[in-house]
Amino acid sequence: MGKKTSLNKLHQDNHAKFVEFAGYEMPIQYSKGIVEEHKFTRSNAGIFDVSHMGQLFIHGGEDLTADLEKIFPLDLKNLKQNCSKYSFLMNDSAGIHDDLIITKIEKGYLIILNAACKDNDFKILSNLLKNKYEMVLDDQRSLIAIQGPKSVEILNNTIEGVEKLNFMTGNWFDYKDQKVFVTRSGYTGEDGFEVSINNDLAEGFTQNLMEKGAQLIGLGARDTLRLEAGLCLYGHELDTEKTPIEANLKWAISKERISNGGFIGSDKIMKEIQEGTSKIRIGIKPKGRLIAREKTKIFDESEKLIGEVTSGTFGPSVNGPIAMGYIDKEFSKVETKVLLEVRGKKHPASVCGLPFYKKSYVKGVN
Amino acid sequence: MSEVKFSKEHEWITVEGDVATIGITKHATEMLGDIVFAELPEKGSSVEKDGTAGVVESTKAASDVYTPVSGEVVDTNQAIVDDPAKINEDPEGSAWFFKLKLKDSSEMDSLMNKEEYDKFAKESAS
Repeated sequence: MGKKTSLNKLHQDNHAKFVEFAGYEMPIQYSKGIVEEHKFTRSNAGIFDVSHMGQLFIHGGEDLTADLEKIFPLDLKNLKQNCSKYSFLMNDSAGIHDDLIITKIEKGYLIILNAACKDNDFKILSNLLKNKYEMVLDDQRSLIAIQGPKSVEILNNTIEGVEKLNFMTGNWFDYKDQKVFVTRSGYTGEDGFEVSINNDLAEGFTQNLMEKGAQLIGLGARDTLRLEAGLCLYGHELDTEKTPIEANLKWAISKERISNGGFIGSDKIMKEIQEGTSKIRIGIKPKGRLIAREKTKIFDESEKLIGEVTSGTFGPSVNGPIAMGYIDKEFSKVETKVLLEVRGKKHPASVCGLPFYKKSYVKGVN
Repeated sequence: MSEVKFSKEHEWITVEGDVATIGITKHATEMLGDIVFAELPEKGSSVEKDGTAGVVESTKAASDVYTPVSGEVVDTNQAIVDDPAKINEDPEGSAWFFKLKLKDSSEMDSLMNKEEYDKFAKESAS
């Protein structure tokens, strides 16, 4: 089996079933199972060990900001300290090497990378930045997410002050005489936080959250939660053969950068914005209970091949099957009827908007 | 009713007269996790020993259901198609999958009894 995170023993003690994911031994589920874990996150607070993801600290000043703007399609000059943005590392033809969250911190930037991509990302970024800056892919820190409506209350009881964070912002906080970096973010469609914490404190911190009522949630439920929320998963919806415009993620490209360009892949992005793309990412709702997994072929009503599913499962909160995929642009309109080929038979489905599950946020009283 | 027998593909089977009732074992459901979809053979169709006779899907993956004996499908359990979670709740009872009119009752001979299956399941899980 692969590398272990600092929470490995805690996962074992909580009867995790493990899978190897990006070279790490990670919990796919615990004893309650994916459906219960999923619903618990939506109604209460789930804890996710995402320590396998990369935490890349790049130290530098204005030069670094200027150099990163040559890479990422973001207006980093105007990004305030402690604010985060969702973005991508692209190749020259705007194919996606990775999707990531970048946060401006006091001495530079913190970039959260996908586990399977982080080493390659590090190489690409080192080359692009010509080793001008100190770059640390920090494996001394764990990354623990807490997600769900009760996460703010539970985490604030453990790390006082996190309740004041706005969505997609972060800050350093004190925890047991050490500094932890907390961002209000996540990948479940719920309110929540991600906590970057020294490895030696990670298990105790997680147990503390569990004592306050949060529960460990595996990668299985993380996948059903993100899919219900309409969020992309690298290696499925995103890869080097797909662009952010095809992935329907134009919103993540700063407006200022669309007009001026100058980032890697910008020529292709600008061309695609003007001319459109031949395929685009959409949501798909199979009729009945049929589950259309990744690689399921999508046909139009005359049985012409028009696309392929990239993720598909059963959504516990929507209580039905859900999928995402890429489809020829002319069929991408919501409610277009399509056919999905599963086990040799074609089954009815329709194109639908994303997300499948939308949180009705309750405003705080403060 | 006959003694419950088990297959290496984790199906259970009981026989009453010449009609066999078939489902998947509790061990199988524990391996699969939450079952969210079930597809059963068509009534009136013929199935062959060790051939596929349905599909179950969990949140994670799809798995074929095999028939441990040959025969004609005489009944299917629509309740588990409508609510697949029932399979996790009572796999070796009310959540049976289909009933077959046996073609060759000697096919039962090669199947395992409970003790043999429990040992097999324990070994195959480790």
